[in-house]
Amino acid sequence: MDQQEVKALKALAVRIRLATVEAIHSIGSGHLGGALSIGDVLAVLYGREMNIRVDDPTWPERDKLVVSKGHAGPGVYGTLAVKGYFPYEELKTLNKNGTRLPSHCDRNKTPGIDVTTGSLGQGTSQACGLALGDRLKGRKDRVFLIVGDGEMDEGQCWEAFSFAAAHKLSNLVVLIDWNKKQLDGMCDDILPMGSFKEKMEAFGFDTVQINGNDVEAIAAALERTRQGGDKPYAIVLDTVKGAGIEEVANTVMNHSMPVNDEKYEKWTGELKKELAELEG
Amino acid sequence: MKIVYNGEMDERQGKAVLGETIPAILESDPDAIYLDADLMSCIGTLKYGQQHKDRAIDCGIAEANMAGVAAGLAMAGFKPIIHSFGIFASRRCFDQIFLSGGYAKNDITVLGSDPGVTAAMNGGTHMPFEDVALYRVIPGSTVLEPSDPTCLISLLKQCVNHPGIKYLRVGRKSMARIYADGSELPIGKATVLRDGTDAVIFAAGIMVHEALQAAASLEKQGISAAVVDCYSIKPLDAEIVIAMAKKTGAAVVAENANRHGGLYSAVLEVLAENCPVPAANVSVEDEFGEVGTQGYLQQRFGLTAEHIEAQVKAVIARK
Repeated sequence: MDQQEVKALKALAVRIRLATVEAIHSIGSGHLGGALSIGDVLAVLYGREMNIRVDDPTWPERDKLVVSKGHAGPGVYGTLAVKGYFPYEELKTLNKNGTRLPSHCDRNKTPGIDVTTGSLGQGTSQACGLALGDRLKGRKDRVFLIVGDGEMDEGQCWEAFSFAAAHKLSNLVVLIDWNKKQLDGMCDDILPMGSFKEKMEAFGFDTVQINGNDVEAIAAALERTRQGGDKPYAIVLDTVKGAGIEEVANTVMNHSMPVNDEKYEKWTGELKKELAELEG
Repeated sequence: MKIVYNGEMDERQGKAVLGETIPAILESDPDAIYLDADLMSCIGTLKYGQQHKDRAIDCGIAEANMAGVAAGLAMAGFKPIIHSFGIFASRRCFDQIFLSGGYAKNDITVLGSDPGVTAAMNGGTHMPFEDVALYRVIPGSTVLEPSDPTCLISLLKQCVNHPGIKYLRVGRKSMARIYADGSELPIGKATVLRDGTDAVIFAAGIMVHEALQAAASLEKQGISAAVVDCYSIKPLDAEIVIAMAKKTGAAVVAENANRHGGLYSAVLEVLAENCPVPAANVSVEDEFGEVGTQGYLQQRFGLTAEHIEAQVKAVIARK
């Protein structure tokens, strides 16, 4: 990947974060930390890896994204708005009465959202069903599944991973957002999970662990998953909750945060400056 | 549809019927797909499953995942049928059925076997009295409880192409023979199996046979009781419920389930809004299940023809 593409992906990640802040600011507060931590992987998925048609969001052969940590909806909506699935201005309707952008991802409401999520763990099984179903239908697409580290507390995740390995779903790529925090605090203080890499390997996944806020590392790891084989893939994304906005990243309890006018101006100012440097 | 009830059991057990009907559906519809949670042996589908691993998927003992996988398969264009015992097919995966299925508009047919006291020797841990209530409250759901093998076949075939979450409460053992082979029992309808003038008994599942026995006994005592097979608990055939309640002026509901939230509740909702008449139930009275033979358990929980007879007399006395 040349440096121009790296810069373009970095810029896309910044645009996604800008859009995310835009959306959450419009309603005053929201799930900021976990939306920002996946900004880079969303940029690589939508900017490079996924085979999609923005003008045909339900094209059956498209690659699918299941954001099982459905509370990261604003991050995904930001991405979809930047890609042109719906007008950018619509981000300001987040959680408003009658909106197409509910707090958690809903495939029946938002153009470009593939799977309804929000009750943690449930996206994992749906992703397995989609990957199996697409394979049985003879489609060549892949299913990308973003799971939160706190979400891995849910037993359903592990049921689904066993299923994925049993059915050799090599068209499934699990992306674990290892941002170390869940709603009540640090994951290790609440329900320590040990090594996700070792766990996923033990569950039969072809697994790598990378810096999940580094677009180059993400792009390289995703490129590896194109080779098929007889194992599902897992990428442990070592991320920072709130990544991309220093003040958010440095806030301990950043699962859900207010974004008032002052913070909005400050944070979007920083992001716009970064964007100008990347695109300048 | 033709009624052939003569009090005898059907030669076909529910297990054998499922073991034939599920493969037949899969063979006739390439989009149909069947998932089980390690209980294929229990409904006679194991042999087919072992020979057709892409059509019949054994998910292992993981009902929540099975429900979610079914939702994913639905998104990929399949019409999933999933099975487990009623307790697991309802309580164990309720949130997955509710959200990944119902809320997300992924249509799934759920077979919950061993309803109520038919769980018999598996005992209280395996005895669903609440599954009907749980499935009734999923928006847009369909809740069915066939009264005989012919009814089971008809309903299962309809479910595959019916929208929403469909819950089919199915016995694996002997059932009475009520309908002539090949009879079609449309979802949303009820069948007046026996007309009457003094009271009406609305029943589902194994209680239909008990209700018919009760009506025959009552006739000998000079009491004319109608019997309605409410195999479609949701949507309930309100037209027939109202007509029969108005005609007879007294209603008894017989169900192999908890009195809260099941067929009794469904019938009362219709009666209260349209034609309040004295009503009584033959249900499990808010208890957990326990181990025993089906015959013992029907006595223990008051789910027999004799209990229905007593309630019919009681509601008539309240007219």
